[in-house]
Amino acid sequence: MTALVPLVVMLPLLGAAVALTLGKYPQIQIAVSTMVLAVVAALSIALLIHVDSTGPVVVHVGGWDAPWGIVLVADRLAAIMLVVSSLMLLGVLLFAVGQGIADRDSNPPPVSIFHPTYLVLAAGVFDAFVAGDLFNLYVAFEMLLAASYVLLTLGGTGARIRAGVTYIVVSLMSSIIFVASIALIYGATGTVTIALVSERVRDLPPDVQLVLCLALLVGFSVKAALFPLSFWLPDSYPTAPAPVTAVFAGLLTKVGIYAIIRTDTVLFIDVPLQTPLLIVAAVTMIVGILGAVAQADIKRLLSFTLVSHIGYMVFGIAIGSEAATTSTIYYVVHHIVVQTALFLVAGLIERVGGSTSISRLGGLLSAAPIVAVLYFIGALNLGGIPPFSGFLGKVGLFRAGVESGTPLDFVVIGAGAATSLVTLYALARVWNMAFWRGRREVEGYSSSLLASLSENPEDDGRVSLKTVSPLMVSATAGLVVLTVALTVFAGPLFALADRAAVNIEDPSTYVRAVFPVEVP
Amino acid sequence: MSASLTLVVLMGAMYAVGIYVMLERSLTRVLIGFLLVGNATNILIFLMSGGNGSPPLVTGTEADDSMVDPVPQVLMLTAIVINFGITAFLLALIYRSWWLAQLGEEGDTLPDEHEGETEAETESSFDPLDLDDAAVQEVLRASDERPGDDESSAPGGSHRTTPNDRTHDTTGEDRG
Repeated sequence: MTALVPLVVMLPLLGAAVALTLGKYPQIQIAVSTMVLAVVAALSIALLIHVDSTGPVVVHVGGWDAPWGIVLVADRLAAIMLVVSSLMLLGVLLFAVGQGIADRDSNPPPVSIFHPTYLVLAAGVFDAFVAGDLFNLYVAFEMLLAASYVLLTLGGTGARIRAGVTYIVVSLMSSIIFVASIALIYGATGTVTIALVSERVRDLPPDVQLVLCLALLVGFSVKAALFPLSFWLPDSYPTAPAPVTAVFAGLLTKVGIYAIIRTDTVLFIDVPLQTPLLIVAAVTMIVGILGAVAQADIKRLLSFTLVSHIGYMVFGIAIGSEAATTSTIYYVVHHIVVQTALFLVAGLIERVGGSTSISRLGGLLSAAPIVAVLYFIGALNLGGIPPFSGFLGKVGLFRAGVESGTPLDFVVIGAGAATSLVTLYALARVWNMAFWRGRREVEGYSSSLLASLSENPEDDGRVSLKTVSPLMVSATAGLVVLTVALTVFAGPLFALADRAAVNIEDPSTYVRAVFPVEVP
Repeated sequence: MSASLTLVVLMGAMYAVGIYVMLERSLTRVLIGFLLVGNATNILIFLMSGGNGSPPLVTGTEADDSMVDPVPQVLMLTAIVINFGITAFLLALIYRSWWLAQLGEEGDTLPDEHEGETEAETESSFDPLDLDDAAVQEVLRASDERPGDDESSAPGGSHRTTPNDRTHDTTGEDRG
């Protein structure tokens, strides 16, 4: 079973190499990348079942024991993240393939670089989840970031280069902060193995611990898009092709959240960051969602809700109780699936309606009833309407907040409820305008509300209709069905998340898995 | 743990200069800033290996006490490789950005101006190499430097104006 852990990273990398050499044969390229991601998804599910029944799997790469060698650790949280992210990557890949099929006859020809880069991105995401030392985590981040730079600037059009420059420079800075904090942690503890750092860091003076923890958190917060370090996200994500935006929105910020969970629970369990994190959570929610309300462009609106909902996860991390961590894990899973599905739906809307601006869309309910149903389920889910998983995750978080019971907790709960309501308002407005409004009403429609919304600065007002292939719709439908499944199987999932949270709350399980005999 | 003060000061200066340069609008300056900040971080990692000047070997004897920790050097090496890759990508991005700023997206579909010519005809339309050499000699004569100075001074002195300098200037004004 230990072989599964390196395989989830190795397979996508090998697949990327093979796909790169097959640049001239798009069909085989598609087959290779789909196969690889399908196999990785199956392996992750096997790994999750194994880890859940027998405990964390630890691999000492090259046979070197920790702390000298590199360790890969798959505990329950890592395995859950592996399963969800591999399913998302597979779903989005199918959507992208479907889009390629629909665009086959049009210019420009498909780029051969998409599949290899996408697989490198997948390898980076998987490596980040199983990394057992901080430096390997940095390498994983660089892998997925370098791939994301290429995917974001795919085709090299003016808009994408402009958006890409912001994104790349911000990401570079966050990586440099991250690697500098790794250097400081090495200087303070003499190791980068997460399990050993978590043991040794307790002997340090509290102020040194605080500085090290904050340095790491700032680096991760940029990647996770926490306010005030979230300004870059709504400007850079929406310009990329629809599948790329979907996978970025679903996964990349969550890798940051995953790293924050690890930092806050395994590495620096003693650092008192509850109050600042609660404030950051509340501000992230409110500022993000107020940004979403002001947008006319669906992709930009969704990017702002993405920033806003990161606040819920930080809320759970800040409370830090077992119930809160359980709900955070459930919420992360829910949010990855829902946000990816909604961005794919936005991609469908763009092709069916010819635009993503709600001031020009109309009549989609009759033009594309399936897209309407998919959007409706996703929107209700993200808005937190019972009985969907968004509701369950938020209720879990709010209950954990009430149990914690400080006045600040109640303030954040209030902010969370308000955010949920405003999310629903913003998404319902899209529904009213794009789906319910008749196609004929769009010409000469006047509304002071629409006039006050800000359009996407890159939007030139063109309406270009494109065909939708059945594969695109079925990939999106698959993800939407998955969001519904998260609701139906919420009981077992919460139980699994609870078991993962127990592991996280008590880092000794993690440490003992890496050092079975004794801690050096 | 003891650290070299020179390296600490150097690191601080590189961070300061790097971040200052990164705040410029021009992409080439952002790249230079990134290189400085990235190398400052490498020095920071290096500083964490403790003492300096000893070889990074572990023999299991008493001599180990006087040796430095090799792990930071390994980390540094990895960071250098990653920075190198990112730098290559940034250069490509800067070139593309400059291309778009100069020619716009129509630049991608410009016709080949040497279409239908034989190779020899295309060659003849380029300036011969001798002209370049002559231009360099001209600039050298105009400056107070003698041709023989080249061996002693660093190559590529700043007072030489080559046609490339114009390229750098325009890159500086692209969108940031």
